[in-house]
Amino acid sequence: MSIWDFLLNFGPRLASGTLYTVAQFFLATIIAIACALLAGLGKLSGNWLIRGISVVYIEIFRGTSLLVQLYWIFFVLPFFGVTLPKFAAGFLSVGLNIGSYGAELVRGAIQQVPKGQWEAAYALSMSPAQRMRRIILPQAFVIMLPPWGNLLIELLKGTALVALISVTDLMFEAKQINGSTFLSVQAFGSALVIYYILARFMITPFMRWCERAMNRRLSRA
Amino acid sequence: MSFHWRWDFTWAILPRLMWATVNTLLASGIGYAIAMVLGLVFALLLRTGWKPLTLPLREAIEFIRSTPLVLQIFFVFYVGPQFGVRLSPWVSGMIAIGLHYSCYLSEVYRAGIESVPRGQWEAARALNLSTRDTYMRIVIPQALPTSVAGMGNYLVGIFKDTPMLSVIGVAELMQTANAIGSETYRFLEPYTLVGLIFLMLSLPTAGLMRLFETWVRRKLGM
Repeated sequence: MSIWDFLLNFGPRLASGTLYTVAQFFLATIIAIACALLAGLGKLSGNWLIRGISVVYIEIFRGTSLLVQLYWIFFVLPFFGVTLPKFAAGFLSVGLNIGSYGAELVRGAIQQVPKGQWEAAYALSMSPAQRMRRIILPQAFVIMLPPWGNLLIELLKGTALVALISVTDLMFEAKQINGSTFLSVQAFGSALVIYYILARFMITPFMRWCERAMNRRLSRA
Repeated sequence: MSFHWRWDFTWAILPRLMWATVNTLLASGIGYAIAMVLGLVFALLLRTGWKPLTLPLREAIEFIRSTPLVLQIFFVFYVGPQFGVRLSPWVSGMIAIGLHYSCYLSEVYRAGIESVPRGQWEAARALNLSTRDTYMRIVIPQALPTSVAGMGNYLVGIFKDTPMLSVIGVAELMQTANAIGSETYRFLEPYTLVGLIFLMLSLPTAGLMRLFETWVRRKLGM
């Protein structure tokens, strides 16, 4: 079977899988950004309880595998009375996992904002919340954008694991097609190419665009 | 169902999980060794600056870095038989993980080598050092501290990615936990124990790597 016949036959299934992957990607990104901001700011908090919770979250999710977290959330949480549908369990675990890495980026970026900026905001008698929101975070945002680009690609790669709890994403479809046709090169190869296109020609250019836009805004302000 | 942790069951499965941990560590070690060597080869090939070689290689590295490892593991495992080559789960898993991480490590090496100031290269040249001496005595010692941090991160990274080998049936921790789960219909203890084992191994390793990094820096007087 040539690659064109293959795409003609299985294109729709690959496309529907890609749709699921993209949905997982967006939902997981939202969770990851929220967790990263909360835990990143929490780790810098003066309150020891908030700091402690953030550190525990970051270390647990960075210290174990995404696959372990995914299985735990999907198979073990029901024992505690929390039963999640597989789709939700998928993006939730990917988001929580990547969020813990993002938290360190947030913390690092906030600490990299020059001390003078903090002092200037203090001298203008801004409240701590104002200082964070109007002075520190916008600058930290620019600092952490490039590493976030890499992290989002890691997130996209992470979503492939949700296939293992039977979310019908791209990886799952590739596996199914391989199982029924034994055309491994075509099935896994086209899935690899689709992941590559998503990462290289969508996520990376979008992040570059964000970086340019943020830089422009900051220098104009 | 309610939360009910059974200690007798925990003690019964612990030895089996411990043995699986050995396999996990073995897989990480072999994968990392392959990645270190291959990564160095890639980094040096990229430094030759010969366009017909570096352009495709750079693109290939980018491709491997931005596609999911679990898919690559499947690819390596299932593609062989289509061409009459049958690879065992271990072999194909090690090839996939080694190749995947060699692409990351080649970037780490490259960043390390590029962090050495130009003046150092020029000075080595002015002193008439051979290429070998330039690398071995001037560049690599200075590139090391920058690289060690990144290399440590990817060592822990490989360790945390080994559960993906369970998808092709390598008997590491995750696969063993799955097996216990499907034999006994108890998932709480095996999966929680696997998580704890990972935490207990990866946190100290990350800490040790940080210590090692400061030690290398001090040793080299930086």
